[in-house]
Amino acid sequence: MAQSGSGNYVGQALARVEDPALVTGRGRFLDDLDPVPGTLVAAVVRSPHPHARIREVDLERARQHPGVAAVIGPEEVLETLRPFPLSLKTPMPYYPTGTDKVRFVGEPVAVVVATDRYTAEDAAELVHIDYELLPAVVDTAEAEREDAPLLHDTAESNVASDRLFTFGDVEAAFDGAAHVVSGEYSFPRYSSTPMECYSVISEWREEADGPQVTAWSNFHGPFSMVPVLAGALGIGTAQLRLIIPQDNGGSFGIKAGIYPYVALMAVASKYAGRPVRWTEDRIEHLLASSAGSDRVMRFSAAVSESGMVEALDVDFRENVGAYLRPPEPATLYRCFGNITGAYRIQNVRLRSRAVVTNKAPTGLNRGFGGQQLYFGLERLMDKIARTLGEDPVELRRRNLVPSSAFPYATPTGGIYDSGDYEQAVAKVVESSQYQQLRARQEEARSRGELVGTGIALAVEPSATNIGYVGLATPAEERPPGRDKSGSTEHVRVSVDPFGTVSVLLGTVPQGQGHATVARQVVADRLGLPLASVVPKVDMDTDSTPWTVTSGSYSSRFSPLLTSALVEAADRVAETIKVAAGVLLEASPQDLELAEGTVRVAEHPQRSVAFRHAAGLVHWDPGSLPDGIDAQLYAEAAFTPPQSTAASRTDQINSSLCYGFVAEVVQVRIDPDTYEISIEQVNAVHDAGTVLNPLLIEGQVHGAMVHGLGGALYEEMAYDQSGQPTSTFMDYLVPTSAEADFPLTGDRVVTPSPVTKLGAKGSGEGSSMSFPAAVASAVEDALSAHRIEITSLPLHGNVIHDLLSGSEDQKTAQH
Amino acid sequence: MKAAPFSYVRPTRLDDVVAELERAESTGGGKVIAGGQSLLPVLAMRLGRPKTLVDITRVRELAELQDDVGTVRIGAAVRQRRVERELARRVPLVGRALPWVGHREIRSRGTVCGSLAHADPSAELPAVALCLDATLTVVGPEGRRRVPAAEFFTGAMSTVLAPAELVTSVTVPTPRAGEGFGFEELARRHGDFALAGAAARVRRDGDAVTEAALVGFGVADRAQHRDLTVPMAQAVSQHGADEKALTTTLAEAVDQIAAEVVTASDAHASQQYRRRLMRVLGTRALVRAWTDSRRRTHA
Repeated sequence: MAQSGSGNYVGQALARVEDPALVTGRGRFLDDLDPVPGTLVAAVVRSPHPHARIREVDLERARQHPGVAAVIGPEEVLETLRPFPLSLKTPMPYYPTGTDKVRFVGEPVAVVVATDRYTAEDAAELVHIDYELLPAVVDTAEAEREDAPLLHDTAESNVASDRLFTFGDVEAAFDGAAHVVSGEYSFPRYSSTPMECYSVISEWREEADGPQVTAWSNFHGPFSMVPVLAGALGIGTAQLRLIIPQDNGGSFGIKAGIYPYVALMAVASKYAGRPVRWTEDRIEHLLASSAGSDRVMRFSAAVSESGMVEALDVDFRENVGAYLRPPEPATLYRCFGNITGAYRIQNVRLRSRAVVTNKAPTGLNRGFGGQQLYFGLERLMDKIARTLGEDPVELRRRNLVPSSAFPYATPTGGIYDSGDYEQAVAKVVESSQYQQLRARQEEARSRGELVGTGIALAVEPSATNIGYVGLATPAEERPPGRDKSGSTEHVRVSVDPFGTVSVLLGTVPQGQGHATVARQVVADRLGLPLASVVPKVDMDTDSTPWTVTSGSYSSRFSPLLTSALVEAADRVAETIKVAAGVLLEASPQDLELAEGTVRVAEHPQRSVAFRHAAGLVHWDPGSLPDGIDAQLYAEAAFTPPQSTAASRTDQINSSLCYGFVAEVVQVRIDPDTYEISIEQVNAVHDAGTVLNPLLIEGQVHGAMVHGLGGALYEEMAYDQSGQPTSTFMDYLVPTSAEADFPLTGDRVVTPSPVTKLGAKGSGEGSSMSFPAAVASAVEDALSAHRIEITSLPLHGNVIHDLLSGSEDQKTAQH
Repeated sequence: MKAAPFSYVRPTRLDDVVAELERAESTGGGKVIAGGQSLLPVLAMRLGRPKTLVDITRVRELAELQDDVGTVRIGAAVRQRRVERELARRVPLVGRALPWVGHREIRSRGTVCGSLAHADPSAELPAVALCLDATLTVVGPEGRRRVPAAEFFTGAMSTVLAPAELVTSVTVPTPRAGEGFGFEELARRHGDFALAGAAARVRRDGDAVTEAALVGFGVADRAQHRDLTVPMAQAVSQHGADEKALTTTLAEAVDQIAAEVVTASDAHASQQYRRRLMRVLGTRALVRAWTDSRRRTHA
């Protein structure tokens, strides 16, 4: 790991370089750009039905409406596009509109292109679609039944993928177990509802050698979707140019699902003969953009007499919505390597099913796969503790991967790069005063108060190895020579004649502060003041270095991008030293970069300004030694060797880095209204080397509040007829008033040995652990009533139902 | 999410407002807009399609907030936030309810009379108007009339207003000697419409209760008003200052109202849960009002 930098900006709580523009209204979001004069505006006509056959689409009246340039429907989509290439061979063709049928409420069917949005929406009302209504299914168990409505006529069933994995001797472990503890848990479908919704401008141009598509959007990767998009458009990636502005109003993964609209607006542009802009509104966003998947999970553990978990038997049934929209079924596999969480469990059996239903397609969402996994796993650990009559913290401690075991290989192929889980748990026990807390709680309960304490531990994966997507296909069907792996990140660092350093990033941030940290890292490597480093985070696939793994997802920035920056900056530094060597008449290897100068390490007074060294390369390359190119730019593609393809035995190191979160949450439930309040949170995080404490703190808060949403407020609920939640009146995102619970944060630092600066991702951990910790605390508060919490979100009405045990009062919203 | 076409007028005289509403009535319907906090989403979602919006915020007399002897009068264009700032102490129940109305940003646009005219069954201000026996002044082509709050609301989102009529002000009595107030609400999040809520008014004479009123909201198609003078007086004479015993006894009285909760179950609250909340919050509001009444032995 961790070659130490020459400067000292890394590790400092520097203010975000992005913020002055944002807080003074000078951000440059997609809607602030007007790149092509004469761009028209689109409105999308969507299905009001969860499942229906499209009998007829009549666009004529809409086409006649004044101000309308074009109206397209299934016919134009089929004429122009191919189905998006899927991650699996499952015959469930996916287009950006319904073509034969509609399969979820909000699915696009037609697009009206007009002079402005008002006119487009007026004309959209004139589009007539004749539907033949079909029975809908929203529940995975229902969708699997023989007699269930079949979503895709070309497929044999609604099960899009069904895989069984076994590692170790699971049977023997269960046969010999002193206790078998099982539970069924379900995690809700919910989102991250970024402030800025989807936004696209697509331009279709017929060139001499075929169509050329240029699209401006707030897409942020993964860029593995670029070949998917090009495949649907029937063009090469060289004919597809994607441009992404520097400011993106949040995503948390959700905007990865925008690419079907890029294709759809390209079709609209083709028929309108002009570029077409579409800005998603909030109702469209809630209905039809993306969400994390809902998952029903069955967990069983074989537990020894001494409370050690010897084996885990897991069954995941994932609701991916109406289509297997790429990169799904990735949610199922993102946590493959860390499915055993913080625990040293040697034997694992996993059944993973992805099921299509009449809900909107799912996709990336902060915590991707980990929210679901840890809700099940941590609920199970609580249940084991209860079954054995043990304290839930002690039971967990006994099963932890010990500090001496790192790097630790999990049975499923993960290699936990570093960690000290024992220390982290000890810290959270101490900071929460866990023992005293339990005593105080007993006393309060004797007064009739409903108070409880919960704990959750999560191993936080970061820097996805895209090879895990391959696991959805059985090993024998994965063609040799076509393996997928990697978590490469590309950058370009260049120095101008005045010594100013430009940094091009391929990470496409969504507001995380990548420019701030990139500046810290490069300034350190080149011994420059921060002001000399100018990161550029807007993306143009024609000029920014990128690859299929590029983008802002799976907490890649801290581990990967900063490693690429170190490599690129160090290459530039070599050339700078050669040039300075000419000016100082010194050997380059005796030189160091510091304080804006290049100087002889042993005699710091012998120095030359960095900009003079850079100037020499630009203005007087003839003076460079023979064989040295006047190249003051370097590209780097950080390529960690630990991210390899899935093995023939289906093991994979599904992420490069594994951080850690330990959380203790205290709740109080009003015994009269059943209102739940969070009284105190104690958290300990390990994200390896901390690059900027301010940013990491923001990530931790943000992830926790996202977790709070899933724990107590948010659910994209569908009723049994398939009608979803569609406004912020019903989809309840916690606000500052709900998020003001007291939080005490602490940190353990075990630098990663596999990244250049020792940093790991830290933006998702608490969104994985917090829902489980809150559930644990609520269950504890209700322990006198012997109630098990197996689903989310939890609120007064749910507690009321649980306590009154009246099934008939349950609403049909689950 | 863009509104269907509509015309927009902004008269400066009340006569003209009424004339515009009358004209709109014959051409497809008009709608008064003041704060627009409920109306604009309805327009944007095309759930409502008035042909004409009549903006009343430039009519000077409607922007008046008058503090008279025994009453305050709140004009139709007066923002909730202004009342919260300037009159919260003069009309304490209004002052206690307002922080529950949306968020500060919403209250700085939304109007008190607009909330009343909108008549959402889960809204706070109609319940407060009922609890305080407020009077609404209504103006239309036939002239001016005064409507007690008890007669104003006719159902969910509906009132006695004729199509070309508007609320021009609401007159709210200030506390009399021995009056106390309580306001309780539960929503999933701060600022959301209530799952259930209660406004209470109790008047005392020495240690005896002379008046007690409870209004529940979020529980039926409109806020429900109950005179609880008799059970409240009995409870107080029985238990006096013993708040716990008072709570238990009052819960039984409130139970009758709770049993009448008819709002259907939804994702946030079942009918049974709303009944429980009504019982709990109603009782809390009454106890609070009783305690509060001690502070106002003299008007």
